This record gives sequence, C-alpha cells and structure tokens, in this order.
Amino acid sequence: MNSRNRITILLLQAAPYLLFVAILLVFGSLSDRFLSLANFTNIVIQAAPVAILAIGMTFVLLTAEIDLSVGAVMYLTGCILGLYLGGVPWPVGLVVVLAASALLGGINGALVAYLGITSFIATLGTLFIGRGIAMSVSNTASVYFPEAITSLNRATVLGIPSAIVAVAVVFAVAWVLLQQTPFGRQVYAVGQDRDAAAKAGLPAKRIVFFCFVISGALAGMAGFVSATQIGAITASYGLQAEFSAIAAAVLGGTSLFGGRGGVKGALFGALLIQTAANGLVIINANPYIYPLVTAGIIFIAVAVDGLRSRMLERLERRFIRPWEIA
Amino acid sequence: MQTVQRSSPPLLSVEGITKSFFGVRVLHGVSFELWPGEALGLLGENGSGKSTSMNILGGVHQPDGGRMSLGGVPYAPQSPREASRAGIAFIHQELNLFPNLSIEENLFITDFPKRSGVPFIDRRWMRKRARELLAEVDLDLPPTRLVGNLAQGERQLVEIAKALHADAKVLILDEPTTSLTRREVERLFAIVNRLKSRGVGIIFISHALEDVMHVCERMTVLRDGAVVGTDLRERLSLPGIISMMVGRSIDAIYPERSTGPREEVALRVRNLTQRGVANNISFDIRTGEVVGLSGLMGSGRSELARLIFGLDPLDSGTIEVAGTRLERPGPKASMAAGLAFLTEDRRNEGLLMDASIVDNIGLTFLKRFKVGPGVISGKALNTTAAELARMVHLSTDRVQETLAKHLSGGNQQKVVIAKWLLRRPKVFILDEPTRGIDVGAKQEVYRIINRLVEEGGAVFLISSEIEEVMGLSDRILTINKGEITGAFERSGFDREAILAAAMAPVGPKREAYA
Repeated sequence: MNSRNRITILLLQAAPYLLFVAILLVFGSLSDRFLSLANFTNIVIQAAPVAILAIGMTFVLLTAEIDLSVGAVMYLTGCILGLYLGGVPWPVGLVVVLAASALLGGINGALVAYLGITSFIATLGTLFIGRGIAMSVSNTASVYFPEAITSLNRATVLGIPSAIVAVAVVFAVAWVLLQQTPFGRQVYAVGQDRDAAAKAGLPAKRIVFFCFVISGALAGMAGFVSATQIGAITASYGLQAEFSAIAAAVLGGTSLFGGRGGVKGALFGALLIQTAANGLVIINANPYIYPLVTAGIIFIAVAVDGLRSRMLERLERRFIRPWEIA
Repeated sequence: MQTVQRSSPPLLSVEGITKSFFGVRVLHGVSFELWPGEALGLLGENGSGKSTSMNILGGVHQPDGGRMSLGGVPYAPQSPREASRAGIAFIHQELNLFPNLSIEENLFITDFPKRSGVPFIDRRWMRKRARELLAEVDLDLPPTRLVGNLAQGERQLVEIAKALHADAKVLILDEPTTSLTRREVERLFAIVNRLKSRGVGIIFISHALEDVMHVCERMTVLRDGAVVGTDLRERLSLPGIISMMVGRSIDAIYPERSTGPREEVALRVRNLTQRGVANNISFDIRTGEVVGLSGLMGSGRSELARLIFGLDPLDSGTIEVAGTRLERPGPKASMAAGLAFLTEDRRNEGLLMDASIVDNIGLTFLKRFKVGPGVISGKALNTTAAELARMVHLSTDRVQETLAKHLSGGNQQKVVIAKWLLRRPKVFILDEPTRGIDVGAKQEVYRIINRLVEEGGAVFLISSEIEEVMGLSDRILTINKGEITGAFERSGFDREAILAAAMAPVGPKREAYA
C-alpha cells in the first residue's frame, strides 16, 4: 500500500467525523441553545431507538446482507405490546416483545441463510407481512401504551435516563459479542468471504441466521424503548426506520459489502443523524427540507463506503510482476 | 524409471487414483509416494491432472478408484475439513485468509481458545500461541496486525503457520512462488527446508522449474492424467523434464485453411506496458492470420488481452487496428475500431442467461437495426440473428424462443461468438474459446476461426493448450510474467521449444541458489 492510497483511505474513513464536526459548527453558530449539555442529553435520548436498530443492523450488514423489515418488526411488536400486554408487568412485556421480534428475525434468517433468498427480497416480504398483520390486529387505529410502560421514560438509573441506559446495555452486549466471542469474529469472516468461510469449516449459514435473529430482537428492543417515549403508535409507526438504521450503521463505517465495521460506528452514526435532525428543529428549519438533509447524509455515507471498498479491492489485487510494485 | 529404495515406510502413498468429470476421465491411475522430510515437485502442463490430484488429496473431490494412505492408515477424506484434520494442509494459490481479521484471528478462526467457563476468547493465550507459530515461520509481526496490511509473501507464511497450528504432516503448496518477490521466495524456501527437517512432507506444485529444482529432492511429472515418471533431482535436467511434460495425446483434428496471411497489418501492438502486469509488449497480427499466445497459468495471457481491448488502463504503449491508432483506448473505442474480445469467462461476462438467442446476439449492437429514432426493426434483427446462428452452426434455429441458459456450453460459446460477428470485427481476440466444451463443439469453433480469417479477419488466439495453439496458428508467441519470451513461425513449431519458451525465467536476475 503506498502512502497516497493510505491517505485517501484515512480521509474516507474520517469523512463522517468531519461531517459531524461540520454539523456541530453550523448549528452551533446558528443557535446558542444547540451546544448545551441539556440539548445533547436530549439528542442521545431521541437517538436511542435508531441507535439500537442500527446496532442490530450492523450484525446483518457485517455478513453482507440487509434487513429491511426492522421498522415493520417495531410496529408489529409494538401492537402486541399495546394491545395484549397492557396488564402485565413491564419486564414480562419486554421479554415477550424480544421473543416475538427474535422469532420474526429468525424467519428472515431462515429465508436468507437456509432457503437462499436474497435478503433484500426476503426482508421486503416480511416487511409487508409484518405491517399487514399489525394493521389488521390494530384495525389501523392508534395503539396506546399503559402508564406502566410510558412511566419508564421518566425513570432513571443512577441519575441516567432509562433510554440511555438501554442503549448502553445493548451496546455493551453487542460489542462484547462481536469482539470477544468466536461467533463475533466468525461474523466478520463470513462477511468478508462466505465461500472461504464455509471452506474453512465455519458454520456460515448458521452465523448469518443468528445475525438476523439479533437484528430482529433489537428491532423489538428499539420498539419498546420508543414505546416508552411516545405513548401511542399509529400505522405510520416505524416507517422507513430501516433506512435510518442502515444509514447510521454505514455512516459509522460499516460496509454494505460485508466484513467491515462495528457497533461503535452504529452508535456514532445514529447520534450524527439525530444531531442533524435536532439542529434543524432548533433553528426552525422548514420541515420539508428534513428528508433532503437526511438523504444527503445517507448519500455521503454510501458514497464513502463504495469508494473505500473499491479502493480496498484494488489494493488486494495481485500482480504477476510483483517486483515492479514497491 | 528407477525408484528410490528406502527403509522407512512412506508418509503418504497414492495408488492408482482415477477420476472422471461428466464422463470424461481426467485421471488415469495416478500413483506416487511421499516420505517424511522430503519435498516432492509435481510438474505437468496445464490440464495434466495436477490440480485434480491435489484436490483429491485435499478432500475437495473424491476419487472414483484407487487408494491412498497417510502414515500407514487408509486415507479417504470426504471434505477439506476432514483432510485438514487428518494432517493434510493445502495452501492454494488464492490464499484462504480473511484480510479484515488479524493474524491471530486468522490462525484460530475455526478453533478460538476460550476462557474456562465463559464463552469469551482467551486473547492472552491466543496471542502467546500465535507468537510461537509466527516464530516458527520466521515472521516477526505483531499477531494483532490485520492480514489486509500484509504483503503477499507474509500472508503465505501466515497460511503456513496455520498449517502448523493444524499440526499438518503433509503440506501442499500450489504455485507458491508466482506472486512473490525474490526475497520472499528465499524466505519461503528457508521455511520449507525447516519444515522438512522436522519431518513434514511437502508437495510443491509449480511452473517455475528453477524453484522446483531448488527445493525438491524428487519430482513427479504428470501428463494427460497419468504419471509419466518420478525421479531424483540429480537424475533430471530441465530439458529432460520438459520433454516428459509435453507429448499429450492429440484428441482433436485441426481443419485445414484455404488461405494464408496477407501483407496488411490488422493489429499492431507496440511497447504495451502496465506496471506489475505487462512489460514492453510488441507484435503484429496480419489480416488473414491467426496468432496464438501460449503461456502457463499466471503468465499474463488474459491480462494482455484485457489491456489490448482497453478493459484495463495502459501505462504506455500504442495499439493500432487496421492502421488507425486508438487514441483513447477503452472497450468502446476498441469495438468501434473493429476489435472483438471473447473473454475466458462466458458465464459472467458474455451472456444473458435468461434472454433469448436473438436478444443475446443483437443486444449490444442494436443500432445496426435502427430504422428511426429509438426504433429498431425486429424483423431485420431476427433475420440477421438466424443467419448468424446458421453460420456458427448453432444446434437450434429457434433463435427467438430458445433461452441462452437452455443451450449446452458449446452452443452458448457459439452465441457469444455470433454476437461479436454481428459487428464484423477486423481482429477477434479469443481467450480460451474451447474451455469446457465437448470435442464436437471444439471442432466447430475451430472451423469458425478458420472461416473468420479466410474472410479477411485476423485472430489472436489465447489458449492454455499448446496443441490447440499449434494446430490453429500461423505464428505463436509465448508469454511469461507479462513479457513475450518467444516467437515461432509455423514451420518452426516444436512443442518442447514452445513450452521451454513459455517457462523461460522472467524478472530480476535470480541469484544462484546456495
């Protein structure tokens, strides 16, 4: 690798951080309320559901697959929680939500890993099925959450808001899983080259399957945290949440091509997106430009990922006259 | 051929292995033995059965007949994993490492050490063991370094360390030196010698005869799926090995051509250079001429074709088609100038499998059938496609209804050729035009090639089969490591000379081995 390539890759990797700094500078100069601890705490709380989704999405993206169904899973498990689990203690509700969403993720995983259906199509299918079931059980009416759940939003642990605690716990578990267990490291191997992984004797299909289970379960978790925050959901709940999650993960350096990235990046990406959204609200921007800003951020993330992957691929190239390549 | 008398039993013995693919027998009873602590060179032309033999040894394929034993017990691996458990490590040319993981993670990817009682990786133990393994292959790198940041030679040593971790008794190295620098090769040889002294048996497959002669005590030469001979290094010479390698039975008849090359030059290539790939390549192809390019695996055959056609950028050099220089080389300019390129990988590059024959033939050149802005004549397209299908002797004339995926390999190849013929190319570059197709279809491809040049075209024929190149070409060029190493006129065609030229050493002067 020569030094010019090295610098280009470093710049590409630094791009999201530079973007973050730029966002802080722009909104900070436009509003004095923006750069405050209270506002930042607010940003983190608001970013919690997307951050949790993005952490789950990271597992799937690392295996070079995609999960478009997470928003639908949020909506469906939210309906289950609001309609059928109103009377149970919240930990029971959470466990049921996690189990149901993990099951939905397992369906995705089975379709992709064992039946060989392209994940884009398989999860698009479960997206519509999930939304369809949710709309029919709720009659597309608003679903309200009981006080036992909404009160969690105001709860704190050692003075830290519950949403932040939830993100921290999810992050810590996911980080340990990816970095410190054989499963996690094998996820990276499978994402880099599934054939090579299978040839080396790794259970590649099982690994892909479990990544979808994790993504599904964390979609349920994200839905639960979001339920505590908003109190009621409608048929548009969770729409396009998958795109925010993918954007957050990719912004944080996880490649759509598999094998590269991690959950730290997902956390960063979710914060970046929420910071931009928060800034737009604070400066009273026209709501119609929000999607344009989000789209711009997604575009940058994906472009950087594509450029970097192409570059890395070129660097991996082998030469028949190696002595000419210093 | 004398055999070597030894008192100890062999580490590995292979007896009478046979194997057929789709009814074609590729191995006719391969036998050889490997003793602990020796390196056996496995030599043979492309397609002689080296890879198949080694894939059977490595558990990738299962033999149809014959016996193998490893360390005195019968050995019949059903999968690469079983082979590796039995102590056979196969290091492929394409290394099986994950560049996004660290060295230590690559070493332990299938069997991470865990801390007692918890499912977490014992990083400390892993690092310690990785250091030991790296020390055994003389690789002074931190085990936490990403494999993606290693040079090719370093990666190979990591693969060898992985083999040591798996406690390999037999190490198969497939073309280990092709993409290594001189210094890396020397380091590899030092490690190979060290492993030998520890009793590991090495099978060394390579086209680089000098390397094989240097590191191997014995050589086995394969030809046409059978062993031609095995002997000690001292009793073999380079010319002797080459004459053992050539002389495959001829299974094809090459049709006669009624015309010969004309005066005018159809393709003129001058000083073509791309760093790391091709160096200062110059040659001409005249109208009505077939020029063959012969080279071994990794010689840069296909890379040269891609450079000429403009798929990869040039560092320097010029290309002229029928006297017109390509000013801005690229596939579009090449096609406009009259170049056609049949790639070696028709499944991925040449054909739309779910489209009809007509669509496959016409799709890349629809403007020929244009009758108005944005409108084409479907009738003209169908007629022309049917004509071309007849010309290439396609098995079916239902060109509108038949999808490409329903055709045999040979007929698919003919569709790709027809697609290019639509453009009436002046120079047709054919990269492995008969790979993987049956004998009958090969014959027809040969006839198409003849017809092309008889009608005033020119052909640049790339093939790994020396016989094919000899049977069809007016002239033959040999290539090795991106350099032209020889040129032969038809009257001077000689298999041994051509193979020797294709194997001629290229690159920085190799020092005499100590």
